[in-house]
Amino acid sequence: MANVMTARNLRLYYGKHEALHGIDLDFPKQKITALIGPSGSGKSTFLRCMNRMNDLVAGVTITGSLKLDNKDIYSPKTDVVDLRKRVGMVFQQPNPFPFSVFDNVAFGLRLAGIKDRALIQERVETSLKQAAVWDEVKDKLNENALAFSGGQQQRICIARVLAVQPEIILMDEPTSALDPVSAGKIEDLLLSIQDKFTIAIVTHNMQQASRISDQTAFFLDGKLVEVGSTKQLFMAPQKEETSDYLNGKFG
Amino acid sequence: MNAKIIDKIATAIISLLVGVVVLILVALIGYILFTGLPHVSWHFLTSPSQAFLSGGGIGDQLFNSFYLLILTLLISFPIALGAGIYLFEYAPKNWVTNTIRVAIEVLSSLPSVVVGLFGFLLFVVEFQLGFSILSGAIALTFFNLPLLTRSIETSLSSVPKLQREAGLALGFSRWQTVLGVIFPEALPGILTAIILSAGRIFGEAAALIYTAGQSAPVLNFANWNPFSPTSPLNFMRPAETLAVHIWKINSEGIMPDASAVSAGASAVLILAVLIFNVSARWLGNRIYRKVTASK
Repeated sequence: MANVMTARNLRLYYGKHEALHGIDLDFPKQKITALIGPSGSGKSTFLRCMNRMNDLVAGVTITGSLKLDNKDIYSPKTDVVDLRKRVGMVFQQPNPFPFSVFDNVAFGLRLAGIKDRALIQERVETSLKQAAVWDEVKDKLNENALAFSGGQQQRICIARVLAVQPEIILMDEPTSALDPVSAGKIEDLLLSIQDKFTIAIVTHNMQQASRISDQTAFFLDGKLVEVGSTKQLFMAPQKEETSDYLNGKFG
Repeated sequence: MNAKIIDKIATAIISLLVGVVVLILVALIGYILFTGLPHVSWHFLTSPSQAFLSGGGIGDQLFNSFYLLILTLLISFPIALGAGIYLFEYAPKNWVTNTIRVAIEVLSSLPSVVVGLFGFLLFVVEFQLGFSILSGAIALTFFNLPLLTRSIETSLSSVPKLQREAGLALGFSRWQTVLGVIFPEALPGILTAIILSAGRIFGEAAALIYTAGQSAPVLNFANWNPFSPTSPLNFMRPAETLAVHIWKINSEGIMPDASAVSAGASAVLILAVLIFNVSARWLGNRIYRKVTASK
């Protein structure tokens, strides 16, 4: 199976403090990889390396390699803007732009230089359908996205990412600010789009990881303790820490 | 004493203080409008002023004030916007930018008389711009720039960090994020900043006395050639503004109806600032609603 993204000996420092201690992790194409672990274990930090969001934090240095289609994304030749078009991101808090629903989704397309109105219209509709929010917003496309519920806002944000057709979608605890019903809808939509996208999702919710992911990686104290198929990791963890965490002994 | 009583006392004190502030404002504005408005007529608003006779108006001064305001904003807003965006979005946090910030703070606390004298020495005398609208506009830009930059920076910083990340994570460049996401969201704040500074410019006298001058050559409103000395559009001519006019009448006015003209002019000044504020706010809300599709 082809790996879209591969990390080798990835280390991240805040100033002199090493926060990620040499992570080796592969993301197989069109699979969902769940990153689990207690707070402060480095899973979100790792996720934010994958689209170079950590560049925005002052004093961060990163060593090792992180390759997208065999090209190191931290090489000086990488165009970060282009990278982030290929690697989209959904955040913990729904953060739609303060525009209409339509403009939220269309904005990225317009900036990408698409002028054809019919095409934009079609893409917006497809993306909102993929994000399983179309039926709820189709009559209110011109209303401000912030006027919708948190769950709907989050799905609009997902549609916004889908519209620019990235290869990888990073999700940083996308359902932790939502109620269980909204969270369930997002899980369903992830399962329905996984044949088109590669997804990496950080989650605190172990049931969520076991329900939707194909592969699970367990982080602890900035180290990758164990990675394997979700079934294997949950049923028969190899490491004691993994088993302790899954059984709720800490974290 | 229990928390409930303390809370009540605190609420009472705060309400009282607010009441005092409101009372002072209402009394002040009320007095100015009450004494001034009876003198305001169409003739008063449109006719030129008189130096020795009664019955003079404030037409030219009113026009000068607006013209100077527009000119000053045309110069200072683009600079302040650029500086504000740079300081907030691009500038690294180091000693250079810290120095710039401190310099802005210091500049913003300069008394306007000092700005006026500086403008007089540099623009009027050294650059030989003479007493002119242009000198006045540049001096007012110096006076206005620090506060405008500061408040634009503040309104940019009130946009949540998440919006910035959302834009960047979607593969927008920094400039696209600033222009497409941050700017529309900061727009109401930026407009408020412009309005506040416009009020300050409109009411400013001290900085203009030495730069735009205290004389108002009679303007010919049929003459729109900007190079003619009697044209209202000529910005190399000296121009007494409304605020300067009020100051001048009160310090050395010898027309028989000086106090009436002064009261009327003050009322017009306050009304103009008020109307300007209200309409700019209305416009800002409209633009914001249009951009954001909110209700």
